[in-house]
Amino acid sequence: MLQRETDVAIIGGGPAGLAAAVEARNHGCDVLIIERDDSLGGILQQCIHPGFGLHEFDDELAGPEYAQRYIDVVENGGIDVLTNTMVLEITPTKDLYAISENGVINIISKSIVLAMGCRERTRGAIKIPGYRPTGVYTAGLAQRFVNIEGFMPGTEFVILGSGDIGMIMARRLTWEGATVHGVVEIQPYPSGLIRNKVQCLDDYNIPLYLSHTVVRVHGKDRVTGITISKVDENWKMIPGTEKFINCDTLLLSVGLIPENEITKKAGAALSRTNGPVVNQFLSTTINGIFACGNVLQVHDLVDNVAVEAKKAGKLAALYSKGVQVPTSMEKQIVRVSPGNGVGYVIPNVINLDVKEEFIEKAGSMRFSLRVRKPMQDIYIKMRSGQKELYKKFHRYVRPSEMIIFKIKESIKDFLEGLDIDTPIEVYVEPKNKQPGKRERD
Amino acid sequence: MIAKKPSVEEKEITCIVCPTGCSIHVKRLEDGTLSIEGNQCKRGYDYAETEFIEPKRILATTIRIEMAKVPLVPVRTDEPVPKEKLDEILDFLANIKVKAPVNCGDVLVEHVLGLDANIIATRTLGVDTCDKIACEI
Ligand SMILES: Cc1cc2nc3c(=O)[nH]c(=O)nc-3n(C[C@H](O)[C@H](O)[C@H](O)COP(=O)(O)OP(=O)(O)OC[C@H]3O[C@@H](n4cnc5c(N)ncnc54)[C@H](O)[C@@H]3O)c2cc1C
Ligand code: SF4
Repeated sequence: MLQRETDVAIIGGGPAGLAAAVEARNHGCDVLIIERDDSLGGILQQCIHPGFGLHEFDDELAGPEYAQRYIDVVENGGIDVLTNTMVLEITPTKDLYAISENGVINIISKSIVLAMGCRERTRGAIKIPGYRPTGVYTAGLAQRFVNIEGFMPGTEFVILGSGDIGMIMARRLTWEGATVHGVVEIQPYPSGLIRNKVQCLDDYNIPLYLSHTVVRVHGKDRVTGITISKVDENWKMIPGTEKFINCDTLLLSVGLIPENEITKKAGAALSRTNGPVVNQFLSTTINGIFACGNVLQVHDLVDNVAVEAKKAGKLAALYSKGVQVPTSMEKQIVRVSPGNGVGYVIPNVINLDVKEEFIEKAGSMRFSLRVRKPMQDIYIKMRSGQKELYKKFHRYVRPSEMIIFKIKESIKDFLEGLDIDTPIEVYVEPKNKQPGKRERD
Repeated sequence: MIAKKPSVEEKEITCIVCPTGCSIHVKRLEDGTLSIEGNQCKRGYDYAETEFIEPKRILATTIRIEMAKVPLVPVRTDEPVPKEKLDEILDFLANIKVKAPVNCGDVLVEHVLGLDANIIATRTLGVDTCDKIACEI
């Protein structure tokens, strides 16, 4: 078996892996990126639309262009890269096994950064009755076909799910000469960004069927059409509202889930995002294993991926240099739990027992979360028991837009104000809170 | 002047500048000025104004490439182009072919259709002489 040694091994060469690698290298570590695809860049290589890097580079870059900026730094920065190499397993003792054309490689690394991204939910995950004819694809796979491989998977489309990838594909397919008969969304609001609804659907008069779902896929060998139906607030179909739409292809854009097979095998605890549990240092429950990017939580802005990944890269580097970075399993931890209106919060736990000189090194205390549904005029608050730790007013919040905030006061004071037995709660509070009336989720 | 003429044009615009997503109603009045209502801030006003007078977009698509490891190279306009020109540009690009190597940022078409905007490559693709199909045979 081939063997390699390094200080920081990074699994996945998407934007998260690349940013983490650059940062770890800047901290003087030997870094190895392991990527299963034949090029670096991850999912960005197929996201050819502009809108990436608005915050980081102050420019509206296309996905591959954004990736290229990092790839250039990686290639000139003395970072080792193994492409066409897939990580199969990290054992609980942190032994890493990967496979390439040359066989199995055993990689021994002082620390590991998980940056495997996410995968798309498929039809099995959402259960639509009917045969399994050709012509049902996930939107991301179709994106790859059309944008990289130059192959159109159909001519008459319907898209299930109004996530950003689905809406962006609606416009893309229209440009390539296909007809998109509609985007069907089970929620009463679009699940992607407003910007994408306006520029990808409204601009091309593509109907958006809100509070609708696909109830049947017709066709035996190839899709010949679908039936959609209106649903009530409990997502039950309303009889009599069915409508048949002629099409040869159905794209599914019904959500992304962190790629977590390897994380699980390594023995790391998972959280409700399906990614690993992490603390404020993005350390999993295993010593020396860190996580960032979509493998941790599905991001909507690549700029946020980069910020998170740089932090993971830096902490992995410090760990490799012998700094004791607390894991999210240690004794002195307090849980961070999502309260009213909040789907999840990262970090999942906060370590209290942190050496003072390390507080400085580790950088800011950053929280990210998503709300459960669109809301107006609300506060995002954080508390520990009765003590308010953070509060900010938002005119509008949507599940499609991740909310990020930082603790402004000194982190030392913040940590000292926490109590090990009292979980921290992050929650939504309506501005004009009426006593006795609670927001329903 | 006898009676007020009805305004010639009006449009409902969803503001995309911030997540609030205000519905902005824009109307051209008979004296040629615009009435803009429904925005909650100046940025929304400006957005609605441009979107009404001359909506522009960055166009991103692919063009065919020879001698690279993939058949397409992603491209975009280096500045926003009038929305009504998008179809024409897409048709034009559908008939173009380039050869590897191409570097990210290379200008592949100057002043597309006589506009100010150039078409630039958004991916670096080197020459991949080992044509995969040929190798397998
Ligand atoms: C189909 C799809 C389309 C998207 N489109 C958009 C969009 O249009 N706009 C937008 O803003 N965001 C989009 N996103 C979100 C986008 O993924 C993030 O902004 C960003 O790319 C996440 O970066 P990442 O590095 O965490 O993940 P990725 O970019 O997914 O990178 C993960 C990398 O890890 C590699 N990998 C995974 N497992 C292994 C393994 N076992 N061994 C070795 N390598 C491995 C993968 O090949 C991949 O290169 C999309 C996501 C998906 C899934
Ligand atoms: S008008 Fe102002 S507040 Fe309303 S969506 Fe536009 S930018 Fe936001």
